[in-house]
Amino acid sequence: MSAEKEKHLIRPYGDRKDDGVIQLSFVLPVPVSEQAKEAAAAVAKKLGLSHVLVSAMERAGEGYSFFVVYGRTHMQLDYNAIEVPVVLHRKHPYDELNDVIRRDLGRRIVVVGACIGTDSHTTGIDAIMNMKGFAGDYGLERYPMFRAVNMGSQVEPEKLVARAKAESADAILVSKVVTQRDVHKEDARALLQLAKEQGIFEKTIFLFGGPRVDHKTALELGFDAGFGPGTRPSDVANFIYYRMMERSGRPLAPQKTAHGTPDATVPATGEKLGDTL
Amino acid sequence: MAQLFVDADKIARARDLARSAANGVQAFIDRHTTVSIERTVLRLLGISGAGTRGAPLANLMVDRLRDSGVLNKGAAYWLGRALKASPGKDPLHALERVAAHPEKLPPLSPAEEEQLREQMRADARAAVRELQARIEQRKELKKSLRVGSFEGAPWKYVIVATGNIHDDVEQARAAAQQGADVIAVIRSTAQSLLDYVPHGATTEGYGGTYATQENFRIMREALDAESRKLGRYIHLTNYSSGLCMPEIAFMAAYERLDMLLNDAMYGILFRDINMQRTFCDQYFSRRICAFAEIIINTGEDNYITTADADEAAHTVIASQLINETFARLAGMKDELIGFGHSFEIDPAREDTLLREFAMAMMVRELFPKSPIKYMPPTKHKEGDIFFSHAYDVMADLVAITTRQGIQLLGMMTEAMHNPFLMDRYVALKSASYVYRAARHLGDEIAFKPDGIVARRQREVFDEALALLEEVAKDGMMAAIGKARFGDTARTPEGGKGLDGVVERAPGYFNPFLEILEGKA
Repeated sequence: MSAEKEKHLIRPYGDRKDDGVIQLSFVLPVPVSEQAKEAAAAVAKKLGLSHVLVSAMERAGEGYSFFVVYGRTHMQLDYNAIEVPVVLHRKHPYDELNDVIRRDLGRRIVVVGACIGTDSHTTGIDAIMNMKGFAGDYGLERYPMFRAVNMGSQVEPEKLVARAKAESADAILVSKVVTQRDVHKEDARALLQLAKEQGIFEKTIFLFGGPRVDHKTALELGFDAGFGPGTRPSDVANFIYYRMMERSGRPLAPQKTAHGTPDATVPATGEKLGDTL
Repeated sequence: MAQLFVDADKIARARDLARSAANGVQAFIDRHTTVSIERTVLRLLGISGAGTRGAPLANLMVDRLRDSGVLNKGAAYWLGRALKASPGKDPLHALERVAAHPEKLPPLSPAEEEQLREQMRADARAAVRELQARIEQRKELKKSLRVGSFEGAPWKYVIVATGNIHDDVEQARAAAQQGADVIAVIRSTAQSLLDYVPHGATTEGYGGTYATQENFRIMREALDAESRKLGRYIHLTNYSSGLCMPEIAFMAAYERLDMLLNDAMYGILFRDINMQRTFCDQYFSRRICAFAEIIINTGEDNYITTADADEAAHTVIASQLINETFARLAGMKDELIGFGHSFEIDPAREDTLLREFAMAMMVRELFPKSPIKYMPPTKHKEGDIFFSHAYDVMADLVAITTRQGIQLLGMMTEAMHNPFLMDRYVALKSASYVYRAARHLGDEIAFKPDGIVARRQREVFDEALALLEEVAKDGMMAAIGKARFGDTARTPEGGKGLDGVVERAPGYFNPFLEILEGKA
């Protein structure tokens, strides 16, 4: 982060600017009592909050108390020092994307997708891969310049890698919904490991999707990108195209864009993430 | 209130179609057995331990019989032969000796053969009597206590899933004190794909807690104590699904569980378990549930968590009618069939409340004697717990107004983590409020006979009827092959567990099944 950048100091905001208001709720393993209420306030104070208000203390079963607590934090941070990858490519609309793929790559892009491991929640992968798509945005199957192979649910990583190899897949799309105790990360790592052993890691684009997946985590795991909730099939299609251009030695220059520009939601791939988060 | 705006003739037609689709499968079921069914028979006959490395003895024995190609006569038969051939020896070793060279066993005379079977039947009857006594204990405790918040209120069902049975007990007790009527202990991820039931108390699970007989016992004992203290009966439920449906049903019956998730097709569609296997296993497990008066919960909510709830609503109705037929074929009374469905329509759309009312009332009225199991929104849940809570409350309102039987309460932190103690607290407190506030709402209101609700019911039912016409025409297995349910295609030879399906030989012997089918 650059020292010249102007500072933009912020605090959480409730009623008045910079009041630092935070709401929290938790359970303490003690019965409801004045002492328990003080203990709840002490939790908030130890977290660094002032103006602590225990607004609710309820008996949540024998020996348990549930609290809602408000307080104010005095921390402030420099918003300009927060770094996330917001360097984006412009998103091609459906017809245009088919055209540029035809022009630049001269062949169909092959994508193999699956829910791996024990996961049986295919909503996400279906929304991206299947003809129908999601929220009016066509799925990859619909694109003339994509060949989409959706292997469905509970696919063993071995089978996914074998299929990708057989299909000469350009990209592998993995969806995980179940994330309890980080099972999704373990499965994802296992897949990449296998891909390395099978010699397809380098030449394949690995995409990770799911409701609790984000780009940063996916990159950390060794994927090319992560796609969270609200991702449209067209986001994924565009990403794959840009990534393939980059891999074929013809990277397209990303454009600096602000957050939330609707037609520019494809993360540029070469960008390394800051470690400031 | 629950109004049904569907033509009675169409309903009768749909039931006929479901029956004809299921009948073909039942003929298959009656000619086959599975490793899980045979393990259940052995467990009933007292083979409940585990080997030195934790493998259940029932598995070791049944695998041996299958490998020798003789499982088709029934495990009980071979256990009888083994005990006769090596009296006094432990059953595993006795059976291993028999299974090593079944062809070398001296043939029995018809009289000896009959005597052997009679002996095993007597053992089975004695074991069933013990099972019956334990089921009676459960029923007596329930009879002596209050059940539910008030007459007609759905039972409030919540989930615990810490992975450690002892933590589960703590969480379950707290939930009971907060007003829960049913505790479900979620199973460890992918337990349904294990072809054995783990043994003993467990403290490490993965997104849930292993279903084991000992874990069942520990939890039921804690809930007995809590029920007595509260003066209100707390039900316990688990999952009779996956590759061990019959065994779990037996263990649950023995350990006095009240309900089980149990679906004729769920494992096939959502767990890719072989359909021949599941159809056989669901039958035997439901025979046990019928005997033990365990309420089953079917899994139709799953169709609309994967597909779009509005578009796939008819698959729920069609599947419920098929589940009904299968359950009745297994001897279940309607009062024990908890048909599942859920409140899942995308909250971004308009008039979803009316559409949810339409579905909830239709399911309620199609199965008037059954305790309908209503599931909360999950598919469209995101991280905003405050909105999520408001969303759940809508499901509470529909549940009380339309008199659903069992309501799984929505958790505002759905899909982020397993429910925390405070998540259940907030859900229970709100559901209690909504039930109280809207207690007689349903008695006071009626929907227009030509309005959105009525039209929606007719439209969904017509689609369900059309689907059932296709299923009856193609046959159940072919219909699943064409992805008629849950958008998922499965083939009769695909999926897990097919190697555990065995065609019964002439003289197949299953004394437990004889009792359950009322033939002994």
